[in-house]
Formats: sequence, structure tokens, C-alpha cells
Amino acid sequence: MADKVLMKGNEALAEAAIMAGCRHYFGYPITPQTEIAAYMAKRMPLIGGTFLQAESEIAAINMVYGAAAAGKRAMTSSSSPGIALKSEGISYLAGSDLPALIINVQRGGPGLGGIQPSQSDYFQATKSAGHGDFHLIVLAPASVQEMVDLTFKGFDLADKYRMPTMLLSDGTMGQMMEPVSLDMGEVKEYDKSSWAACGTKCEREHNVVNSLFIQPDELEKYNFERFERYAQIEANEVMYDEYRMEDAEICIVAYGVAARVSQNAIDKARENGIKVGMIRPITLWPFPKAVLNAAADKVKAFVSVELSMGQMIEDIELAIRCKKPVLLCNRTGGMIPTTGDVLSKIEEANKIGGDK
Amino acid sequence: MVVFEKPKALADVPLHYCPGCTHGIIHRLVAEVIDELGIEGRTIGIAPVGCSVFAYNYFNCDMIEAAHGRAPAVATGVKRSDPENNVVFTYQGDGDLAAIGTAETVHAAARGENITVIFVNNAIYGMTGGQMAPTTLPGQVTQTSPYGRDTSKVGFPVKVCEMLSNVDGATYLERVAVNNVKNVKNAKKAIKKAFQNQLDGKGFSLIEVVSTCPTNWGLTPEKALEWLEDNMLPYYPLGVYKDKFAEKEDK
Repeated sequence: MADKVLMKGNEALAEAAIMAGCRHYFGYPITPQTEIAAYMAKRMPLIGGTFLQAESEIAAINMVYGAAAAGKRAMTSSSSPGIALKSEGISYLAGSDLPALIINVQRGGPGLGGIQPSQSDYFQATKSAGHGDFHLIVLAPASVQEMVDLTFKGFDLADKYRMPTMLLSDGTMGQMMEPVSLDMGEVKEYDKSSWAACGTKCEREHNVVNSLFIQPDELEKYNFERFERYAQIEANEVMYDEYRMEDAEICIVAYGVAARVSQNAIDKARENGIKVGMIRPITLWPFPKAVLNAAADKVKAFVSVELSMGQMIEDIELAIRCKKPVLLCNRTGGMIPTTGDVLSKIEEANKIGGDK
Repeated sequence: MVVFEKPKALADVPLHYCPGCTHGIIHRLVAEVIDELGIEGRTIGIAPVGCSVFAYNYFNCDMIEAAHGRAPAVATGVKRSDPENNVVFTYQGDGDLAAIGTAETVHAAARGENITVIFVNNAIYGMTGGQMAPTTLPGQVTQTSPYGRDTSKVGFPVKVCEMLSNVDGATYLERVAVNNVKNVKNAKKAIKKAFQNQLDGKGFSLIEVVSTCPTNWGLTPEKALEWLEDNMLPYYPLGVYKDKFAEKEDK
């Protein structure tokens, strides 16, 4: 059993990135994730890595693009409005098949919004992280330990599938302190020599990192190939956690901080004799469609608990083919649903139908 | 006896540029310099968005296509990935470098990023069919300044070398042209120095190359060269705008 240390989510994440072999961090200050940049600024010079504060979010993601194109593990972090600025670069990373890790410690929006925790970038992360046909792998931690584990995993998935991965966190996960183990095992190395632009040494044909394909049939071919890879990811990389689902008649679906609140509400509802459990997506893309669809044959209703006006709820409805009602329990703008809020929604769901 | 051959750093493919366009000359000069310095195997070039977008097909070194204007930021990421060994250059037009990418240009210079920037200024957006550029001259007619650039409404051209000469981090700034043999020779000398500076770890070098666009200027190649001399050069005087190390030597 590895020793545990007490760490703030953002700092634990930064240390995990370093342990995953990331030596190139480019960022721009924005609350509530600036601890990541501060940690990198302190650590990187001591281990021969690069910390660079860019002139903008746009420049930062393009620096990541450059380092990733050269074959290095690179990352950037930001919060909601900053991620919007990075969306151009994220699309270019996807279109050029480059691995990178992008951290979004979400805050309330739209516009300048607020600085309190939010999950209102779900659509942006899972459906429209930039222009064009592409996906990001989207990982959603619900503890400081998962901030660490999923950062490590995120780099590996990015390299394995040659695509950008996003860690979709929120201000709560970033700011809270919990004991964590930083024992993550070996870093798997990937051979990038067939595509990385790091100098030919005059020993091979030149590599070109590019997302421009002016012939439509060629561009279509690359998009088809990329989506074949996405299909493999959907088949092999779905991650979720189940809580008290064995005999559940109501299924809560929640990720991140919303799942933490929901877990307390489930325990309370169970004390009152309501059979409720939770499926917690850990990958938001690929979304755990199959497990939700299977659950829809057993439960009478779902409750989506979100810190948004209701975004993930659409994916739940799609996943279960609208077989059962899905209720929304939400707060937005930086507000967090209380255990009581979730409990009353569970009770409302419990009144639905007679038997199942 | 071979008296003239294609530089090794230039790929053996037909270029797509219009007849009379000077991009071909500038590509060749860059490739000759890469050959002469023997750095092809460790050079990474960053292509822009604009007429020279396909530059990634024309150089034999590793190449990366950047988003519009972002080449200096991409170059920063590449340079920082292996600063002791690699040689990184960007090749950018006026819209790319002096409009949408102004922030990336100024801040790469301010950081003293150890890269080489080749900036091709032909006073027009070529690829999209001849719109007004940040460097379009006062009174110059383009698709989006059909009555001539009216400085009272859209302001004045950006003089990149003059602007960057006030940036402390910039090392070497020179404006050259490729409209005659003498100027082409000077241009090559400047480009070579800009690469040599990087090899010597001296920091940010930018060479502005005053260039032609016969197609979108609506002139024959020969007339375009004359127009460059009569109109561009008075507004964009050739010369060294900053040479940090020469200044030090003078002192």
C-alpha cells in the first residue's frame, strides 16, 4: 500500500502530469485553476521541463500543438472562458491526430460568468470542443485521487489513440484537499517516430503534421479513419462506477462533484426505504450508453444531477432510448445542489409509475 | 560540370504559385541557406495559412501546418521541445503575421524566442483572392478596398520591422526584397544570418521580404516588380532595423 499525501486537487493533478512524463506545460492564468500553472512554474525548471506562461489561451494551445507535433507529452490547463479560446487549437490537434492533455477546471458561464464550480461545459467538451467532425476523450474525476489517476490515464489514452484528451473537472475538485496516492506505476512509451516533426536527421522522408486536405475525398477518408478509431474507443475505453445499483428502482446519473452530493442523498434515501442507486460516468465521451440502456430495463426512472441547466440529461435520454423518464436535479451559475435538493428529486422520482 | 541545381532542402515537386510570384525565390533562398548550414536533418518548419500554406510539401525538412497566425506560438512549442538541437523557422505572409497573428508575433519577439521568422509582405491577401491586408498601401485598390485604401476609415499599414524594433526581446530585424538580383543576394545574406543567429542561440530573428503578387495586383510579373520598386519600397524602406549583437559590438 503506497503512502498517501494530503494534496489540493489542482496540485495533485499537476504532479500526476509530471509523473506521467509531461515536461511541457503551456498556460495562461485563469481562476479557478491557476494553482496548476503555479505548481508547474515551481517544478518544471527543477526537472529540466518547460513551463511557459503564454500571451493568451490561443497561444498556449498552439504551443501545446507544437510540442505535441514534436513528439512530446504536452498539456495546458484553463477554465471555461479560456477553453473557448482554445477551441481552434483543439480542433487542429484533433485534425492533425496529435496527442495532448487539456484540463478544464470548469466555472460558471456563459460569458465571463463566475468563478464558482460548474458543469456547464459538458456540451462543449463532449460535442463541440471546436469546429469539424471530431471527438475528445473526456474524463470526469470525482475525487482528488481521480484527478491524479485520470491525468495519468489521460496522457496514456491520448498517446494510444493519437488524439487530444480532456480532463473535465470543476472548481470543487480543483480546490479541495484529500489524501492521495501518487503510485501510478510505469509510464507506457509510444513510438512516435513515424509522424513526429522532430528533425529527419536526414535518415528518413520528412514528416508533415497537418490538418489540411484540399481534396474532399481525401479529407473524408481521414475523417472516416478517425471515426473507426473512435469506434474502438467506444468499444474499449468506457469507464463508469456503480453505487448501490443491485436492487435500485431509481438510477441517479451524475459525475464529478454532483456525484459526491448524490452519494450522500442516496444513503439518506435508502435509510427511508427508497431503492436508489447511481451510475457515475467517468468517461463522458465515450458515454456509458450500454450500461445505462441496460439499467433502463430494471429501474422506473432516472435522475440527472448536474451543475448546469441540463446538458448530460440529453445523452442519458439518448442512451436509454427514452424508455424511462429522466428527471433533472440541477443548480447552475456556480451553485451546487444540496443533499436535500437531490433527496427531494429522488422522492419525486419514487412517485412515478406503480411497479417499475 | 553542374553549375546550377535544386537545393537539397527543397522537395522535387512542382510549386503551385502563380506565374511571377516571388514565393518561389524566397523558398529557394531558405532552402539554400538550410543546405549551406547543413541543418536539414534538425530543422522543423512551420507553414502558415495563406498562399504559402502548402510550404509543408515544398521543404524536405520536417514540417508542421499551423492555424492562421499561430505559427510563432507553434514554433515556440517545437523549439522548447529540444532547444539545444533543433532549428525552427516559420514562413508567414502579411495577413497571417501582421493581422490575425500579431499577438503571437509580438510576444515571440518579446520572449526573445530563439527562432527564425520569414515574413513575406506583398501587401495583399493572395489565397482568398486579393483582399486588403494589414500592409496594403494607402490608396491601394483591393477587393475589399475597391476605392483604394482610405486611411481615414481603415487606418494605416503596419510596418512590422519598425514596430518590432521597439521590442527589447527581438535580436535581428531586417527588411529585404527580391525584385532584382542585387536584392535577392542581400535577401539571402539576411536569411542566412537569421538562421545563424538561432544556431548561435542569439534569439528572435525576423526577415521581412517585400514581395509581389502579380495576379491580385492585376499586373504582369515584370510590371509587378516595377510596382514594388515604385510603391512598396518607399513605404517599406529596406535595411537592418535591429541587430542587437552588432549594437553591442559597436559599443
